[in-house]
Amino acid sequence: MQRDRAREAPHVSPMGLGAVLFEAPGAFDLAAQRRVWALARAVEAWPGVVEAAPGMTNLLVSFDAPLRDPGAVERALIAAWDAAAPLDVEPRRFELPVVYGGEGGPDLDHMARETGLTRDEVVAIHAGRDYTVFALGSHPGYGYLGVVDPRLFIPRRQTPRVSVPAGSVSIGGWQTGASASDGPSGWHTIGHTSQRFFDPGGSPPALLRPGDVIRFVATAILP
Amino acid sequence: MIEILDPAGHASVQDAGRLGWRHIGVGRSGAMDTLALTTANLLLGNAPGAAAIEIPGAPMRLRFLVDTAFALAGADAGARLAGRPAPTDWRDFARAGEELELGHARRGVFSYVAVAGGIDTPPALGSRSTHLRGGFGGFEGRLLAPGDRLPIGASGAGAHAFGVVAPEAALPIEGAADDATTVRVLPAAEYEAFAPQSREAFWTTAWRISGQSNRAGYRLIGPTLDLAHPIEMRSHGLVPGVIQGPAGGQPIIQLADAYTAGGYPKIGVVIEPDLWRIAQTPLGGRLRFRRCDHAEALAAHDALEAHLARIRIWIATCGFDAPAARGSAA
Repeated sequence: MQRDRAREAPHVSPMGLGAVLFEAPGAFDLAAQRRVWALARAVEAWPGVVEAAPGMTNLLVSFDAPLRDPGAVERALIAAWDAAAPLDVEPRRFELPVVYGGEGGPDLDHMARETGLTRDEVVAIHAGRDYTVFALGSHPGYGYLGVVDPRLFIPRRQTPRVSVPAGSVSIGGWQTGASASDGPSGWHTIGHTSQRFFDPGGSPPALLRPGDVIRFVATAILP
Repeated sequence: MIEILDPAGHASVQDAGRLGWRHIGVGRSGAMDTLALTTANLLLGNAPGAAAIEIPGAPMRLRFLVDTAFALAGADAGARLAGRPAPTDWRDFARAGEELELGHARRGVFSYVAVAGGIDTPPALGSRSTHLRGGFGGFEGRLLAPGDRLPIGASGAGAHAFGVVAPEAALPIEGAADDATTVRVLPAAEYEAFAPQSREAFWTTAWRISGQSNRAGYRLIGPTLDLAHPIEMRSHGLVPGVIQGPAGGQPIIQLADAYTAGGYPKIGVVIEPDLWRIAQTPLGGRLRFRRCDHAEALAAHDALEAHLARIRIWIATCGFDAPAARGSAA
């Protein structure tokens, strides 16, 4: 099985001229993510930083101008990581009703084949634990949820699907989530939820925020 | 007001993009060719990132409902104002009732029609760019359609006609290929994880832009890129210009409407000052990637800024508009 890549030490890489990606070392877990949230808060206050956007145990830092000295930014990020204490977030709980399989879950059979489980077992394992919103990203209002049970770990699709509908519940690697709007996806879609996640006129526009706890509730498993 | 008469293609309202909302999954959007957008706005004395109409290479007609200065930049679509030629990288003045007509792009892809004062639709999350997937920003969060009437901001820009040098002429890449658009690329974090022959192929191929490409990203046709060892990455933030290489698949260049995050291995990042060159290369056209380092990328950025500074200084020196005449902020 393909495993995810864990960094042995904090890693900083350039994303073009005006942004860098910080990757936390170690396992993909909530403890590391809580430190990433703390790092984001610290870095947002730096001069020239437009945004610090957490990913999954990583942080994309965008600047308002090209970096003249990327080495200095790298050193500052690693020092700030060393100083970051895990951030406590008061979690809110959401239960999302999901219809697994059928038209809304075209990859449920594939998941079962790839993992050697039955369809019902895949559903029971996916719906059988709490997930934390690690970060919002990809498209407006989308929450990256972790951590997926190791029995359901599956690499991303080789070729992304051109479009999956809003509400599609999917798995990619150690991550799961529910699409907030129609669009392409490289993950495996196993079900569908009716929950809405984003309203551009809302305050705030996104339903979820990092630290929230999500539980998927199976309302049906369709052939 | 501007009235849209006949948009055959995917015309939309775009500005310099929506920054600062990545943390809730909202990406940049904005003009595919920000250099053209900026040029058009400088010609009019607008804020550089003011909103304009972006037209992706297909014929379009619109009518000015008021007297207004306007500017065209980006692709050459053989534009005509009330039947007479309206050049690219050029400012002109339209009388109320006059029609502007653009044909198929003859050079480049994306054309920008900017007006003095900017397109003044309501900003959403701090920008007038159209976020198509989210259905917000721009004009009612969607592509333009016949009958749409776009408000324009206040401006005192007068009836002058003048232009500036085309960016292709002002910003050549030395030794650029004849058979493809050359863009400069910084190797990205997973560059070394690709197999040696894939790395080699990345730099030596004239990649064809797939028809399955759009404002979100361009898929490239050429040899498959293979990783030396499979990696399953944790999702992380992306920026326009990132070239992802899905295992055994087609490379994808992330562009204006790209997702804010993803996790396919990154082989390189097209430097920001060259993104406009990709935007102006048609689907089916070819791209070549030239490796550069940080210093060369900075030099490219500085050259582009110097080009824009020359335009600003030239326009200020000519004194076409009173300094008070400024467009609304982006």
